[in-house]
Formats: sequence, structure tokens, C-alpha cells
Amino acid sequence: MTDRHVALVGNPNSGKTTLFNRLTGANHYVGNWAGVTVEKKEGFTTYKGHRLHIIDLPGKYSLSAYSLEEKIARDYLLEEKPEVVINLVPAANLERNLYLTLQLIEMELPVILAVNMIDELEQKGLKIDFEALQEALGIRVVPISSARNQGIDTLLDEVIQFEPYPEFRQFTYSEVVEKALDQLGDEPRWQRIKMLEKDLEIPPEHPAEDYLLEETVIKERYEIINRLLEKVIFREKSYRSPSDAIDKVLLNKYLGLPIFALVMALVFYMTFSIGNIFVDILDEFFSVTLSGGVAGLFERLDVSPWLLSLVSDGIIGGVGGVLTFLPNIAILFVFISLLEDSGYMGRAAYLMDKWMQKVGLNGKFFIPMLLGFGCNVPAIMSTRTLENPKDRLVAILINPFMSCGARFPVYVLFASVFFAGYEFMVVLSLYLLGILVAVSVAYLFRKTILKGEESFLVLEIPDYRIPRMRNLVLHVWERVKDYLVKAGTVIFAASIILWFLLNYNFTGGVALVDSFGAMIGRAIAPVFSLAGFGNWQSALSLLSGIFAKEIVVSNTAIIYGLGEAASLRDLGGALAANFTPLSAYAFLVFVLLYTPCVAVIGVIKRETNSWFWMFFSLGYQLVIAFALSAAVYQLGSLFAG
Amino acid sequence: MALVEVNKGIKVVLNNIAYGASLKRKLQDMGLTPGVEFTVISKTSHGPLIIELRGARVALGRGIAEKIDVSIA
Repeated sequence: MTDRHVALVGNPNSGKTTLFNRLTGANHYVGNWAGVTVEKKEGFTTYKGHRLHIIDLPGKYSLSAYSLEEKIARDYLLEEKPEVVINLVPAANLERNLYLTLQLIEMELPVILAVNMIDELEQKGLKIDFEALQEALGIRVVPISSARNQGIDTLLDEVIQFEPYPEFRQFTYSEVVEKALDQLGDEPRWQRIKMLEKDLEIPPEHPAEDYLLEETVIKERYEIINRLLEKVIFREKSYRSPSDAIDKVLLNKYLGLPIFALVMALVFYMTFSIGNIFVDILDEFFSVTLSGGVAGLFERLDVSPWLLSLVSDGIIGGVGGVLTFLPNIAILFVFISLLEDSGYMGRAAYLMDKWMQKVGLNGKFFIPMLLGFGCNVPAIMSTRTLENPKDRLVAILINPFMSCGARFPVYVLFASVFFAGYEFMVVLSLYLLGILVAVSVAYLFRKTILKGEESFLVLEIPDYRIPRMRNLVLHVWERVKDYLVKAGTVIFAASIILWFLLNYNFTGGVALVDSFGAMIGRAIAPVFSLAGFGNWQSALSLLSGIFAKEIVVSNTAIIYGLGEAASLRDLGGALAANFTPLSAYAFLVFVLLYTPCVAVIGVIKRETNSWFWMFFSLGYQLVIAFALSAAVYQLGSLFAG
Repeated sequence: MALVEVNKGIKVVLNNIAYGASLKRKLQDMGLTPGVEFTVISKTSHGPLIIELRGARVALGRGIAEKIDVSIA
């Protein structure tokens, strides 16, 4: 049994995630590279008695010193010295992808080239001479298709049998470049090449202005690739990508945006309508079947009433109230995953670019915003694709306004009570308000505290692909798991604490209105009266919602003292007594905009690496939430009354 | 001429990118090197465009396309 460290490198859209998932299954974890906020993905697998430690390197098109991710990838390869480096390239686009490969070979790394998606070659009318490719590069080449599970065993065989290469192919540059390389002295050749590329510093004894060859080296490396490919890849028949035909419609000047709007509306409508079928079933299950069952069981066992109340009202009411909405959230993640895996997400960025540019952002900002509809935590992490630090900060600060799945149950509950028949419109209006606030705030930041160079879209647009079930299931499961864990930990604990706060005060067990919770709520409530929901129940609800937004729903049953077997219908009555439709809507506006949940606060701290921006984010969201919900209530009262 | 002025479907050859070091390097690493031929395959009015470059599709914001100097191939 031997251990092997295997690094995975490749361009975006080379199928790296699919291969990583294929190799490690769910057996992986995601963290950060030491000291920086670039994602580090590691996983394990065993193959024929060998334990393989697989690490997915960031870095994309090159190993330059300009990009943090590429620098991390380069440092890892040079300092940690993995036994094997798998360089993944898509078969149909060797030209661009071999650029990275050539750098890896120049750096004399133990690299195996995995040529992926070979199943697409025939359809695309291409033929690759793998022998010739191996000969030309001087490294092992393995044709695979990670999506169809072809060649994976061969690749793993190569990995476990890998012996370091005795020597590496040397790619010769033009006379000018070679002469400069000679003049730079005795350092290893790859270091001298990197000096010319300005990725390593040129020693001070050589005047840097004599070596302005960055552009030349890059250009010639591509020329080397083109010469090499003449003997490797052959076009057998002409081919037009169906993706281009699809784009004629989906990216059409006039139709592109309306279609995108329609797609998004459909996503929300489906999330809403399919999800609600399950909501009724689950609600019935938790509030009647489970709660009733527990009550019956406890009675027979003669358990004291306070424990029954804790389990039934506190835990089942709280955790169950949140789990009821799990199907909605799972469906939303299915759609987000489909948008990502199909290749449409990048096109959405392209379609939105023009409009995002008007508020000083670019189309790439739109991807984290879309992901925010699922959960703001991964969405904020995905802002890592924005290169400029100021851009990233803006993207992080506005992301919590994108209404996440956890806020959805709150909308549904209130909308079903106060706006029956118009639930969808009410919920949609909140999502749109979130986008509007996010974009306006971004514009404001751009003009004031976060001025910076304009940033523009540079984004590779992949071929459309039929999403793979395996990736879809893994992706959705990861998110659903997070939600379940949250329900089992944060929400579970919060439900118990809240139950205690609402059933006790210093004198012991008391009625709801005299409890700790009511006291706390009454202390804060006056602040909210301007927005129309100055009752202690809402105040306490919102306060506890900072743990997780779902708690605003989960604790409703507890707060209104409905006791066991409170179904959504029972909640309706209690809410109707405390809200008018107008104050209910103002309340929802507040829930949409106010301080994000602890998980998001944590990720903001981690990603900005700054207490200042974390507290700033909490503070300004609270201000905006107050201002807008009060405005809604006051203006609404004016017109209505 | 600037890349923004090029119509959809036209093949061009790159002369120069007049842009700051970091973004320019990224574009070069992606294959946008002097002398390379590429085609504009999608374009929006007053917005970004998509080029087909070395077998890949790359979307470029308008602000960048304004600073990329090309000739008709």
C-alpha cells in the first residue's frame, strides 16, 4: 500500500470537476489554501491497493504570476512536489489547452496528459493520433472520457505505475528568445523562460529593458503548439457546433434577454408549484402524524408535560417547520445546478453584461447573484472568480440581498395567510426587490467608497452540454445535506433555546406573555412600530432569525403559543390577529433585506478577511431594511387610509 | 480598427491590445496573441461580443473590445 499525491490541473471547461467527482465520489472536502481565500478541494480514493490523495488545483489558463490562483497552483507544484500531475485537456480544443501543458513540461513536472471527452471527437469530425501526441510532448498521454467513464482505469494504472521521466522534451523558441535565455545565466531553463515572461524576477545584473519578450514568448509558445498539432490532429469532415445554432436563438439580439427572463420565471414558478405539493404533505406529517404520535407515546409512558411540550412544540414544531420546505429548496438547487452544468450560466452573464455595465459592474457579477437565490454562502464563495479585489468586495456586500432559499418559507407562510391567491406574485415581487436593492447599492458603492477601475467581462463560453445525472445528484445532495445539518444543529438548538425563553422567566415556568422571550421582544419591539410590526412576537422572531432565516418560520408556532399539532393553517389565524396585509408585507421586506444569517456573516468575514467589512455589512443592511420596510408601511398607510 | 467596430461573422487578425498589464496578460494566455486570426460570432448592440479564438468561444466586454486593435483578415 503506497500513498500518492496526485494534482489535477486544467483549463475551465476541461471537465475537471466531473473527473474529480468520478475519482473521489463524495469522499472529498473543500477548504481554503493557507492564508488566502482560494478554494482548495481535496479527496481520496484507493485503487489496486494504492491510496491516492487527489488535489484539485486552482489556476486556469496559465501559471503566470499575475493571478493569485495561478500563483498558488504554481507554488504547490514546485514546493509540495506531488508524485503525479494529471493535466486534463478537452480533446476537441487541444490548441488552447496545450498552452498550459507546455508550461508544465517546461517546468519538468511529472505530468500525465489526460485527453478528455474523446467520445466527442468522431461527432466533431476530428481524429487525434495519440501516439504522435505522446511522441511530440515526451510525456504519457491517456485518452479518456470522464463523463462516460472510459479510460479512467487506464489513467489510474498510469498514475500508480508512474516513474519520473528521465528527461523532458525541450521546446525551442526563436533565435531572439533563445539568445536572451542563454544570456540569463545558469538558472534552470524553465526559470529563465519564466523570467522572460515576467513571472519570475530577472536578476538585477541584467537590465530588464533588454528582455522585453513577454509577448514574444507567449506568441511563440502558441506557434510551437500549432506546429506540433499539424502531425497530431486531423479534421476529417467539417463540423458546425450545434451550440452555435442554439446560440443564434438564445443569444439573439432581441430574443436573448426575454428568453432569459422567461427561464428564470419558469425556475421560480416550478420551485414554487412543485415544492408546494410536498409542503402540504410534509406539514401534515410533522404537525399531525409525528406530533400526534409523540404525544400519544409520551402519554402512555407518563412523561411529564414540560418534556412533551419541549419535544412537540419546541423541536418538532421548530425543526419540522423548516424541513417542510426542504423540497422547495432541493428543487431550486436542481435548477441552479442545471443552469450551471448545461453551459447557460455563462451565457446569462453575457446577456446581462450590458445592463450590469450600466451600474459599474460586469456580466460576471451576475453569476454569484443567481447562485444567491439558492444560498448566499456558496454564492459569496463563488465571487472568487472575480479577479479585482474591489469588484469582489462589491459582489460580496450585495449578495445577501439576493433572496436565499431560507427566506422563502417565511414568504410562503405570510403570503398564504395574507395574500391567498396571489402568493406567487408576492414572492416574485420580493425577489425582484432584492435584485433592485442589490444593483442600486452596487451602483452607490461604485460611485463612493469602492471606486475603482472599470472592470470588463472576459469569460469563456463553453459548448452546451446535457447535464450529467451524477454531477447533478452530487451537487444537489451537498446543498440538501447542508440544509439538513443546519436543521439538525443550529435550528435544533435555537428551537430549544427559544422554547425555554418562551416558557420561563426568573420565577420558573410561566405563561407566554410573562416569559423571558416576551420581555426581550417588548424591549426591541418599539423600534419596529414605524414599519407596522411593533409587536414583541415579530421582534423576537427577527432577532432569532439571525441564527438562520428559517427560524422566523420555525419559531412562529412556538412564539404564538399554539402548542402541539400546529399546522400551517393554525399559524394563519395567529398571524392574522397580529398583522394587517400591509404590515405583513413590510415585515417580509424587512426579512428580505436585514442582517444575514450567522453562516453568511461568517463567510463574509472569511472572504473579506476583515472585521470592518463584516460589521459594515451587518450595519448597512439593517439600515436599508429599516428604511425600506418603514417606507413601505408608511406610504402604504397613506394611500390605503 | 477597434474590435467593437467589427461585424458579426467577420474574420480578423489581432494587431495589438492597448490595455493594462494584468488583463492583457490574461488575454494573451488565453491565446489572443499578435497575428492570431479569430472571428466575431455574436454581438449585441452597445454590449459585449463573443469571439471564436483558437477553438474556444470567449465573451469580451465592450470596454475591452474598444481597446483591441484588429485588421480584417
